[in-house]
Amino acid sequence: MTINDTQKEIINDFSLLDGDREMSVMYLMELGQKLPPMKEEDKVEANEVKGCQSKVWLTATLVHERLFYQADSNTAVTKGLISLLVRALSGQLPDQILASELYFMKDIGMDRFIGTQRSNGFAAMIKQMKLYALAYQSKSHQQA
Amino acid sequence: MDVVTTTLLPLATASIRKQFPILHQEVNGHPLAYLDNAATTQKPERVIQALVNYYTTSNANIHRGIHTLAERATKQYEETRVAAQQFIHARHAEEIIFVRGVTEAINLIASSYARTFLKAGDEILISGLEHHSNIVPWQIVCEARGCVLKVIPITPSGEIDMVAFEKLLSPRTKLVAVNHASNSLGTINPVREIIQKAHSIGAVVLIDGAQAAAHCEIDVQELDCDFYCISGHKMYGPTGVGILYGKKLLLEKMPPYMGGGEMIKNVTFEKTTYNELPYTFEAGTPNIADVVAFKEAILFIEQHGKAKMAAHEKSLLEYATSELEKLRGVRLIGTAREKVSVLSFVIDGIHPFDVGQMLDARGIAVRTGHHCTQPLMEHFGIEGTVRASFAVYNTKEEVDALAEGVKRIINFLG
Repeated sequence: MTINDTQKEIINDFSLLDGDREMSVMYLMELGQKLPPMKEEDKVEANEVKGCQSKVWLTATLVHERLFYQADSNTAVTKGLISLLVRALSGQLPDQILASELYFMKDIGMDRFIGTQRSNGFAAMIKQMKLYALAYQSKSHQQA
Repeated sequence: MDVVTTTLLPLATASIRKQFPILHQEVNGHPLAYLDNAATTQKPERVIQALVNYYTTSNANIHRGIHTLAERATKQYEETRVAAQQFIHARHAEEIIFVRGVTEAINLIASSYARTFLKAGDEILISGLEHHSNIVPWQIVCEARGCVLKVIPITPSGEIDMVAFEKLLSPRTKLVAVNHASNSLGTINPVREIIQKAHSIGAVVLIDGAQAAAHCEIDVQELDCDFYCISGHKMYGPTGVGILYGKKLLLEKMPPYMGGGEMIKNVTFEKTTYNELPYTFEAGTPNIADVVAFKEAILFIEQHGKAKMAAHEKSLLEYATSELEKLRGVRLIGTAREKVSVLSFVIDGIHPFDVGQMLDARGIAVRTGHHCTQPLMEHFGIEGTVRASFAVYNTKEEVDALAEGVKRIINFLG
């Protein structure tokens, strides 16, 4: 499944909530709860995404050239938001991640249920995920 | 004929709500329940109208103009000063300095008074309950002047430890700066006693009245405080206007805080002489429109009576406290005997942001986070709280909506 396929899927899932704010928030929290648990030892300052209002930890591992993300947050809504990014980008090639354009946030009306500060935090998470892709891309290019 | 009641009747609340246009809207499909009044209160129609009227009929620069509009604007601006003087029972109108708000008022005293009269080794005493705006300006003074900042500890219920306070007072204490009421916990501090004790060793006292102005009676002469600071927007007035009260004798000794127009008597390149009080501290074109409209906020409070308003808010606070205490995992932060209508709480295992987000989805506006009191949060070993704060227009139904929202999130995440 491509990144854009996943984006379409996310948009479709949220469309079922019919813009209901409370349902959307609860759905996000539920998605966050389903995110695979992150190792406690990875929840350290070095892995914190800077610029988020809540605490967000993010790591990435390369398995057979594909990048897999692990993430967690101390707030349930933010964890839900990261879970969407993990769903969209995890398991893709670094090149694909770097080339991706994430638009699902706008289509699911995310700006309506996260404030300006959270939007900035969300942008910081995407940036961090792409930085991991860049790091692994140059690593694999070096190896090649 | 006046109907005398000790508390506001439900009917009065309904008619008060009608005066606040912003309250009559839906947020996320629910009727708005605005419970973030400690951050800023909403504005009654008469305040909004005063702003519109000012710009529609009277806008001009004040004090120096000879024309009719300048005279009209000046008159309205100065009328607010007199209304403010009466509101806090100051002896002289020129003891009222218009500022942007409490933050500016405290910075003015720190920059002008403290930097001039405090020297290395002198001590500034604040409490563990203070807002960052009553911490940081003093830290800046301490760095510049070599003074020492000391902090009065607080008790587990969130009150100033008065025994510790007395022990901290010494001949080195030159300035005591505490809030009248805590923004994070609601605690009303025994400021009269604090002022008396501080004066007994010769220290001057600044009271941060941001959270008290709309709820507690303020008589600066009876309190005998040296400085008292108020933000207009926390008492139904516009943003960007506040009051610094200072005793005339002290203000007269203080050097100007900002230089510019309005604050001068005569300017030459060799020597400038300054204007008299209060204009020495009002450099530049002030926030005329908001000052003019601020008078209406003062009149709004006086019309309804602060004691009656406080009684209504207290009944909401008591009801909210009893409803939330019943809920599983809810822990109240700040249980002082005397409180303004602030209810701060945490829920076991649920982050305050999530509570705030969920409540917002139900049209309920509360504050979440550290409320600009990080040291206080650290004292309680928490990152932040959920804070509901009530104003005269809030209702029992809104408290019910709050309790219901909190219950839902506990059931969902707890």
